[in-house]
Amino acid sequence: MKGIIGKKVGMTSFFGDNGRQLQVTVIEAGPCYVTQVRTVEKDGYSALQLAFDDAKPKNVTKPLKGHFEKSGVTPKKKIVEFRDFPIERNLGETIEVDIFTEGEKVNAIGTSKGKGFQGVVRRHGFSGVGMRTHGQHNRLRAPGSIGASSFPSRVFKGMRMAGRMGGVKVKVKNLQIVKILPDKNLILVRGAVPGHNGSYVILEKK
Amino acid sequence: MINPLIQYVQDQLAPQKEVPSFKSGDNITVHYKIVEEGNKERIQAFRGDVIQVKGGPDNPNRTITVRKVSGGIGVERVFPILSPNIDKIEVNKRGKVRRARLFYLRKLSGKSARIKEKRMRVAH
Repeated sequence: MKGIIGKKVGMTSFFGDNGRQLQVTVIEAGPCYVTQVRTVEKDGYSALQLAFDDAKPKNVTKPLKGHFEKSGVTPKKKIVEFRDFPIERNLGETIEVDIFTEGEKVNAIGTSKGKGFQGVVRRHGFSGVGMRTHGQHNRLRAPGSIGASSFPSRVFKGMRMAGRMGGVKVKVKNLQIVKILPDKNLILVRGAVPGHNGSYVILEKK
Repeated sequence: MINPLIQYVQDQLAPQKEVPSFKSGDNITVHYKIVEEGNKERIQAFRGDVIQVKGGPDNPNRTITVRKVSGGIGVERVFPILSPNIDKIEVNKRGKVRRARLFYLRKLSGKSARIKEKRMRVAH
């Protein structure tokens, strides 16, 4: 699987070939540095470990500093491993936006925006009670029954209830790469990508 | 504040297009392309008053809302003015209005729905 680490910059839109307006997410991707090469002989599987986004040396732990020194790369903030990378690279070399081509379909992985404590209507798409009047009290957005009584005498595990929503890893599949601007390491992907602006996004392609 | 990278992308991809300057209250004709069956292209005109301009001069996605009264029925269309599907825009009349969004026109009809024309000083 080939891939690259990037940062979500924001969204914009432009006019495509047939005059249709395309909504795109701008991702500043790479250059990513190879900090470790895993091989079948040594590690049991093959992978490339990539690092992205410069970190202040004072904020990096000693063990990590040593790890970066091994590959001769300045300390970075984000490290991700990609299994079975189809492109061969040695320690300290870079992965740039040119591993992708325009028109290719990729998956985007990010951390979704935190929504806080949300009720079941927003969090799980429950329909609520339905009516606002006709004797309805204050249970408009209530979940309703969460199970039977004496049997089973408990609430089943995984019952969908209110709680924290968002802030979890989300993968969006098959986003089309509309444009690549190698001068500024930008990739324009059609559609929305999880996370707020400035958050890390992993673009991968099987 | 727009992100400098977003600005860069917009500068790269923005269509290079000349659009005449007009404001809310102006009467314009928008010539736009429509695709008929069999991939045939035809240009159609829409003449009406601009009742809203959305997006600043740097915004590549700015739109205008044009209103006309056709057969006693009000018709409004939103045009992304930098779209390649818009052939050209003609300004017919400059209107004299006191606000930027002329939604009050929707409630008016007949004589009261007219917009006064701005008298330009004629150079001698």
